[in-house]
Amino acid sequence: MKTFVYIDHFKGEVQPASWEAIGLAKSFGTAVALVFGTGTDEVTKAAFEYGADEVIVVDDAALEDYRAEPYASTLSALASSSTPDLILFPTTARTRELAAMSAVDLSTGVLTDASKFEMNGEQLVATRPIYEGKVLEKTVCSGKPVMATIPARAFPKPERVAGKTGTLTKGEANPQGADALTTVQGYSASESAVNIGDAAVIVSGGRGVSNNPSLGLDEAATAQKGFEMLGELATLLGGAVGASRAAVDGGYITYAHQVGQTGKVVAPDLYIACGISGAIQHLVGMRNSKVIVAINKDADAPVFSQARYGVVGDLFAIVPALTEAMRKKMGK
Amino acid sequence: MKIIACIKQVPDSEAKVRAEDGKVTWGDAPLVINPFDEYAVEGALQQREALGGTVTALCIGPESAKDALKHALAMGADDAVLVSDAALAELDTVGAARVLAAAINKIGGADMVMFGRQTLDNGAGLTPAQTARVLGWPMLGLAGSIKVEAGSVTVDRIIEEGRQTVSAKMPAVLSLVQSIGEPRYPSFMGIRKASKATIPVWSLAEIGATVAAPVVTRTELMNPPVQERTVEMITGESAAEIADKLADKILAEKVL
Ligand SMILES: Cc1cc2nc3c(=O)[nH]c(=O)nc-3n(C[C@H](O)[C@H](O)[C@H](O)COP(=O)(O)OP(=O)(O)OC[C@H]3O[C@@H](n4cnc5c(N)ncnc54)[C@H](O)[C@@H]3O)c2cc1C
Ligand SMILES: Nc1ncnc2c1ncn2[C@@H]1O[C@H](COP(=O)(O)O)[C@@H](O)[C@H]1O
Repeated sequence: MKTFVYIDHFKGEVQPASWEAIGLAKSFGTAVALVFGTGTDEVTKAAFEYGADEVIVVDDAALEDYRAEPYASTLSALASSSTPDLILFPTTARTRELAAMSAVDLSTGVLTDASKFEMNGEQLVATRPIYEGKVLEKTVCSGKPVMATIPARAFPKPERVAGKTGTLTKGEANPQGADALTTVQGYSASESAVNIGDAAVIVSGGRGVSNNPSLGLDEAATAQKGFEMLGELATLLGGAVGASRAAVDGGYITYAHQVGQTGKVVAPDLYIACGISGAIQHLVGMRNSKVIVAINKDADAPVFSQARYGVVGDLFAIVPALTEAMRKKMGK
Repeated sequence: MKIIACIKQVPDSEAKVRAEDGKVTWGDAPLVINPFDEYAVEGALQQREALGGTVTALCIGPESAKDALKHALAMGADDAVLVSDAALAELDTVGAARVLAAAINKIGGADMVMFGRQTLDNGAGLTPAQTARVLGWPMLGLAGSIKVEAGSVTVDRIIEEGRQTVSAKMPAVLSLVQSIGEPRYPSFMGIRKASKATIPVWSLAEIGATVAAPVVTRTELMNPPVQERTVEMITGESAAEIADKLADKILAEKVL
């Protein structure tokens, strides 16, 4: 089976599930990585080192900034001319659009967020979550190529082999008339450009992070101190900071950090929920984490129903103590 | 400014959804407007307030989906259209996009069509970009803020890496996220107006659309494996003692 793997990057920073997609493609047969954009030599090199048999590079001024339309047209043209059986994408903000549009061009369909694949005769069957993961479905795509997106951390990341190379092919950009309709005006990194979707450890804060009267500060300043504290623990553990919607709505932290139904669905190895009550809309975003720790001063908080370890207590006392204890035990 | 907001009706997010006998069930939990689509309606109303014009809510669904449209009307939408047809029972996202595009044309087009980020039930997040592609309009996805100026719309896209500012000529398709602002509650007057509204129901023939067999189909439904989670509460005399025990437990899990 020949699989195209779309390497999703933003200004050369690759979304790591792209590498996981290369590993998955190799398990099916040949992996052809697609790298679009300008100045992408490093991305191409990494694609080979993660195991791509071939890399098709489309380096063209029309593709300098990611824009859905010309990227989709270019992808559709490549897929028409070299007829892969499958196109894999990491699930990201960009690839949902890109896959969606190309599927229209190619009269095929997209299996989003597939966490498992199996063959039924010649047909690829994907398992994906519906109803926020409360139910799973197996789905098939009768069009060709089959397109599928995979969530971060669902498949093993292949070993990176330094210096490995393969066939390098140059592809053509294929911007169409309608593609000229959008222009990128600018970009601002979120203050901590984290991708919580890909983090192995997440330390998350909720409304409780603003609750420490002993600091004698207002709500916003308390929350800021609270999140700094969570940030320290997260940094020590090599992880990222997450948040509940109440924390985001309260303006304590930006939306990019939000876990849950209207935020991101995450599945880290370790999720530490601090001052989060555990509303269902939060739980659907994190319950597939491997180990969940909940710190809450209310012993009846629903978050404990999903936790492996629970602490009933004030996060402003427990979190710094935990950071200290972990620092010692990890020898850092 | 002519604005269309595409909304779907789904089981409430609190619903206990399960697979039973090859079907999805949610007991007697209510059907509601897809929560992501409330942002589409909110964003549409904000733009109408800023620029004048009309907001039309558009839904593909069974007769019962009128309730979701009434929610949009109660929030402040000017009118609503339901596309309903026996042939639409099994629709994949490309099919939905083709039907929505046909309905948008039948409405007489728009300057902006607002979508939610994804549906709660299917959760694909594909329909907005596919509708844009079918219409041949530009797509501004995951917008957290909107500015309209001289025939162009500029949005801040909320992406993994931060905020990207992108503009497009109108007409354009947008999908909106939570940063657009909390969806307003239906007002008393709005609810009264909505309860009296007659919502036109269009068949496929009326919008001049046909649907091909879906390309993406379900072959099996399953309940996720039950996770046996028994919480172990960590207690102690002091925060330091609790933290010490908890740190040992975390390290013993070998997840770091
Ligand atoms: C359509 C819809 C979509 C939603 N999407 C999301 C989503 O994506 N993500 C999300 O998170 N929510 C979402 N919500 C909101 C959700 O229902 C909850 O309102 C939200 O998760 C509550 O956040 P919280 O747990 O931080 O706040 P609260 O529920 O107020 O809980 C705060 C907790 O902190 C504890 N606490 C207070 N002080 C301390 C302290 N000093 N130390 C320790 N513990 C303390 C309290 O005991 C309490 O349990 C959504 C809701 C709807 C209706
Ligand atoms: N049946 C429908 N009727 C109207 N709009 C829809 C319908 N299905 C999906 N949409 C819109 O498309 C978005 C994404 O849907 P999906 O691709 O199914 O996740 C939703 O948030 C809605 O705005």
